[in-house]
Amino acid sequence: MIKIIRLSETLEVAVLVGIDPESDGLARARRMGIETCHTGVDGLIEMPEWKEIKIIFDATSARAHQYNWKKIQAFPDKKMIDLTPAAIGPYLVPTVNLNEHLNVPNLNMVTCGGQATIPIVAAVNQVAKVHYGEIVASIASKSAGPGTRANIDEFTETTSKAIEDVGGATRGKAIIVLNPAEPPLVMRDTVFTLSKLGDREAIRRSIHKMVQDVKAYVPGYELHQEVQFEEIPESNPVFIEGLGHCHGLKTTVLLKVEGAGHYLPAYAGNLDIMTSAARATAEQVIA
Amino acid sequence: MNHKIYIQDVTLRDGMHAIRHQYSKEQIQSIALALDKAKVDAIEISHGDGLAGGSFNYGFGAHTDWEWLEGMKDQLQHAKLTTLVLPGIATIHDLKKARDLGVESVRIATHCTEADIAPQHIEAAKKLGMDVGGFLMMSHMNKPVKLAQQAKIMEDAGADCIYVTDSAGALLMDGVADRIKAFKDVLKPETEIGIHCHHNLSLGVANTIVAMQHGANRLDASLAGMGAGAGNAPLEVLVAVLNKMHISHNSDVYQLMDAADDLIRPLQLRPVRVDRETLSLGYAGVYSSFLLHSERAAQKYGLDTREILEELGKRNMVGGQEDMIVDVALDMLRSKNEA
Repeated sequence: MIKIIRLSETLEVAVLVGIDPESDGLARARRMGIETCHTGVDGLIEMPEWKEIKIIFDATSARAHQYNWKKIQAFPDKKMIDLTPAAIGPYLVPTVNLNEHLNVPNLNMVTCGGQATIPIVAAVNQVAKVHYGEIVASIASKSAGPGTRANIDEFTETTSKAIEDVGGATRGKAIIVLNPAEPPLVMRDTVFTLSKLGDREAIRRSIHKMVQDVKAYVPGYELHQEVQFEEIPESNPVFIEGLGHCHGLKTTVLLKVEGAGHYLPAYAGNLDIMTSAARATAEQVIA
Repeated sequence: MNHKIYIQDVTLRDGMHAIRHQYSKEQIQSIALALDKAKVDAIEISHGDGLAGGSFNYGFGAHTDWEWLEGMKDQLQHAKLTTLVLPGIATIHDLKKARDLGVESVRIATHCTEADIAPQHIEAAKKLGMDVGGFLMMSHMNKPVKLAQQAKIMEDAGADCIYVTDSAGALLMDGVADRIKAFKDVLKPETEIGIHCHHNLSLGVANTIVAMQHGANRLDASLAGMGAGAGNAPLEVLVAVLNKMHISHNSDVYQLMDAADDLIRPLQLRPVRVDRETLSLGYAGVYSSFLLHSERAAQKYGLDTREILEELGKRNMVGGQEDMIVDVALDMLRSKNEA
């Protein structure tokens, strides 16, 4: 909400919807003069603002999203951007596949780790076919809410699948690590790809360009180290489950994602990248 | 409530770290059979980082977990077949697959402050009819009372046993005693307590005994200490000590001595012992599995392993963040070049 109010030239916040009238978020919205609704999607569709609304962002839970989508599906002029792991609609990563899905009524934003890393897998894949893409997302314990914690398999499974579907890897793998250090550590993401042997300089350029493209909507997104390469020779291959013995070029990309600190603290890059990707998607969808 | 001493071998899981997850199927089989014959109570088999740990980040195995586990259940006469799951790496799907291969018992491992990512997996394992341990890694990084609160989360989810897991081999004997006592204060009497040590400060056996004296009954150990860092409590030594203490258990010390020297030591690529690097792990409180990865990064970038390990400790890196080893190495290289 705050990102849209502060940053968006084309979007306007109509209503903030919650289910707890006492919630901090709804109180904040009221103070900012935003209409609120504390009775969920059912309350929202009864509001006078409803007919003007074009896009509904859903940051509830996978289960709640299924309910919400059932209600909203009945209104063909509305689009839903799903920030939960429900994944009813196609996975969407703005820098990679937005143009393919501009007219789809329900878009899924994968996961925070997916938004941070899939662009990199795709950037390598544009130059040299990626056989295997692996990502490690390290997030501060404080930025992982009870929903994420209770459903950590959804993160690994959704992200792995999107590394394949959107990133273009033949096989994807995702790992998430929570770190409780105080002060909290800024989100880190590492991408490893095993691709065909390709022009290292072209891969490096493709990754740098992609980082700039993501940075356009997530200012705190950056390469923390220069891209690292290592050849995995045919004589000493790696054994990857589902692929067998593989060789080629291993590319390692070490990223850092700092949040903008709009509502959530700066270490919570994982939350920032989701809301930023959702905003970028919405702006394109209505453009 | 007095629980019987239960010895779980980790040679074929934690020991994976010491040989970069490269056990052959035949090695797994001959070692497991020797352990079974010597009557250890449980044998843990998986990638060193648990099921589905095979990756660039942790190292790819010579085989998949499924290949390692397949057929083992039918060959064991005495020991339970067990495995390890780290939520965030392995999923409930992986757990089910292991169950289908005959795995009867599983440990669900989280960092010592993050137990609330485990209940889903603990509940799923219980539903599958498995014996379940909650494994609180890097236990030295949490105070006894707080660690016990984490143990309670795992117990509430249904775990049969909760472990103090000293992944960094950094706990001293009082630290172990205080944590076990804190567990005793909050856990139900029927819940068992386990101890998993690393030998980085040469306290693997001593800490295991201290834990037992304060109420732990499930004791982890591995042949010749085969495990991450300076290894685990050496199984044959632990059993010898238990014998001298007249503690009742099922295992045969001579068979374990033979297995340690005849089967395990010849496999160690790097001697598993307390030396400059592995002592540094315990001294700086760093995850023992970082050892070989840090040695490789040190070699590749011309740096000192001990300095990399110390920096990882300063940055409060937790188990699973192996990707940060290269990151630290590159940061160190940059500041070295700037100096």
